Amino acid sequence: MADVALQSNRAAQAARKRGSLHRMLKRKSTMAFLMTLPLILLIATLVIYPAFYALHLATLNKSMQRFVGLSNFEFLFRRETFWLVVKQSCIFAITAVIFKAVLGFIIAHFVHNIPAKGQRKWRGMLLVPWVIPPAMSTLAWLWLFDPSYSAFNYTLSFFGIGPIPWTGDAMWARFSVILVNIWVGAPFFMIMYLAALKSVPEQLYEAAAIDGANWWQRIWYVTLPMMRNIIAITTLFSLIVTFANFDIVRILTAGGPLDHTHIFATWAFRIGIEGSDIPLGASVSLFMVPILAVAAIFILRDVNKRGNES
Amino acid sequence: MSRKKLSRRQFVAATALSSAALITAPYVRGAYAAGKLSIGFWDHWVPGANKASTDIVNAWAEKEKVEVQIDYIPSQGNKNLLTIAAEAQAKSGHDILAMPTWWPHAQAELLEPMNDVMDGLIKQNGEPNGTVKYLGQSKGKWLAVPASIGSQIKGPCSRIDLMKQHAGIDVQALYPAGGPPKADSWTLDTFLKAAEACQKGGVAFGIGLGETSDNVDTAGAIFQSFGAALVDEKGNVTVKTDAVRQALEYYKKLIAFLPPDAGAWDDSSNNKWLVSGRGALIMNPPSAWAVAKRDAPQVAEQCWSHGFPAGPKGRYAPYLSYFWGTWSFSKNKEAAKSVLKALSQPDAIEKMCVASGGYDLPCYEKLTTLKVWQEEGPPKGTLYHYPNPHNHQTLSIAAAPAPPKIAQQIYTQATLTKMCLRYHQGEAMEKVLAWAEGECEGFMRS
Repeated sequence: MADVALQSNRAAQAARKRGSLHRMLKRKSTMAFLMTLPLILLIATLVIYPAFYALHLATLNKSMQRFVGLSNFEFLFRRETFWLVVKQSCIFAITAVIFKAVLGFIIAHFVHNIPAKGQRKWRGMLLVPWVIPPAMSTLAWLWLFDPSYSAFNYTLSFFGIGPIPWTGDAMWARFSVILVNIWVGAPFFMIMYLAALKSVPEQLYEAAAIDGANWWQRIWYVTLPMMRNIIAITTLFSLIVTFANFDIVRILTAGGPLDHTHIFATWAFRIGIEGSDIPLGASVSLFMVPILAVAAIFILRDVNKRGNES
Repeated sequence: MSRKKLSRRQFVAATALSSAALITAPYVRGAYAAGKLSIGFWDHWVPGANKASTDIVNAWAEKEKVEVQIDYIPSQGNKNLLTIAAEAQAKSGHDILAMPTWWPHAQAELLEPMNDVMDGLIKQNGEPNGTVKYLGQSKGKWLAVPASIGSQIKGPCSRIDLMKQHAGIDVQALYPAGGPPKADSWTLDTFLKAAEACQKGGVAFGIGLGETSDNVDTAGAIFQSFGAALVDEKGNVTVKTDAVRQALEYYKKLIAFLPPDAGAWDDSSNNKWLVSGRGALIMNPPSAWAVAKRDAPQVAEQCWSHGFPAGPKGRYAPYLSYFWGTWSFSKNKEAAKSVLKALSQPDAIEKMCVASGGYDLPCYEKLTTLKVWQEEGPPKGTLYHYPNPHNHQTLSIAAAPAPPKIAQQIYTQATLTKMCLRYHQGEAMEKVLAWAEGECEGFMRS
């Protein structure tokens, strides 16, 4: 009798366990976690581990045999070229992001106003610069800017202009790398803004029109406030990607002339891989983190604030 | 359930057989009895040149019963440098890896000493040139074995017709095919006058001032011709010297006669300059001539590779050496050393040089007069003086004689061409020197 009682107790316990497991699996958060687990593992392997490894490398001496703490950063702060790179990275990223955002906004409006029938064609065509791998498209730009055989200079020569040292003069070289970055990145802004524009309720414009708002007032008081979050997130995302850019500068100028187009990633590569000083290269690339972290905090804080307001 | 009983006799027989098999197994020569070997060779520019090294390695592998895997790693996009860095970090990778110029020193702590290989090779092939010793040795230890594949001199490659027409210089008379150079008049002053004449004639010398190897190598040789070094062999900064000032003054004069966009040139710009027929001279191994032979035969027929002009302190030419290194963590060091010996035999070296159309340049003194350089053309004899057969010039590398780990930084950061460009763009001499001094002090990091 006692045995029977014990068995039924065990069965009840097992059933309870099964029930709780079942409940846990049915919980939305558990399922969400399990479904994102592959991505979490992927990010842990390909992002978090390398990030911590880079931190570790940045604390070693040149031959990677000795822990030197923050000496690599201290060393960098004393280098003239490092501050040139910091300045250039900021100029490169901020200028490129502003122009990408402005151009993307303007083009998105143009595309939004095209009748729905022909809009897909335009959207597809305008996305082309963004979908071509930048390493490939930048090679084409390199031929256009080639020091001796520039197609641009050839064309300009018919108008008695040039030759322009696209990659040979510091200012023109900076202009060239920023131009190519804008060309590649503007379609991303365009498509994000277009999506945001499409989600603005038409009634708001109608109400604004009834109130007598002109074109500019409609943009300022309706469109922009409705797009604020998208603009902030797109800008942050682009700022991160542009700061970390490598391929465009590497292919077009390799940092020259006289280091005047080096940005963090290209200089880190020059020092770390070409100069066999991996710890210093890691330190240079890590220097992007605090700059981007500050930008991320400000932009995301603003997004959260607006989210709470709404 | 049935169980077969093992008799004492059967047990003893089985044990004896197993023991015999285990003991004799290593001596049975199977297809790959000597294990596996992985090699990372540099992927040659010249089409078909890789086949020669593959054939040599395969013949060796068959004889030695080793299973070999060869990867050809390109230097485009610095893929080879990335591979070196990755393998050094992972402490795993190829048993033999091709390393350009500075990398044996950069990875010195992780490389297997090659003295036992080099002693025999030096006896057989003669002394390696001074640049190879500088780049490949550390404290009497050979860090890697000099490779003929990819090693090169970046001397002048002149247009015979244009040099005659605009500068009145017969380069074939200065450097006759089959004979020693008669180039006493071929000095940096003559070179400057020729550069001016050719620039006025619309066929400027194609010398770049960018940050890539070709540009740095030329600057290095010219600086050395003035006895100018930024850091001496003991590691002292020697930027603020008269020799450096003289070299900078010379370069400033020269830049005035170079293409205006020379500051943006990379390693392909000079090749294009020659092949397109726009220039009378470039500083390059015969790869530009080889491309011209294919794409612009009328240009190739007028090309002549020869020696560097001499400066007040001598005649220097840039020699860039490749090496084959074996990691200290390699799994088959003995096989690696054996195949490196096979690749460094005179007949193997000649085979590889022929396959590369004369581009590859062995460093050993007995191997600078191979037939390939005498016979290649058109014009016949165009490569005769390319390997420096009469030791007419001192082979060196930019930033030498600084300790290699410092020199690598000077070279990679293109400090020499940057100095020249800064001075040319109007920066005061002392300011340029102060900048360079600061840079060199930064390169002392250890």
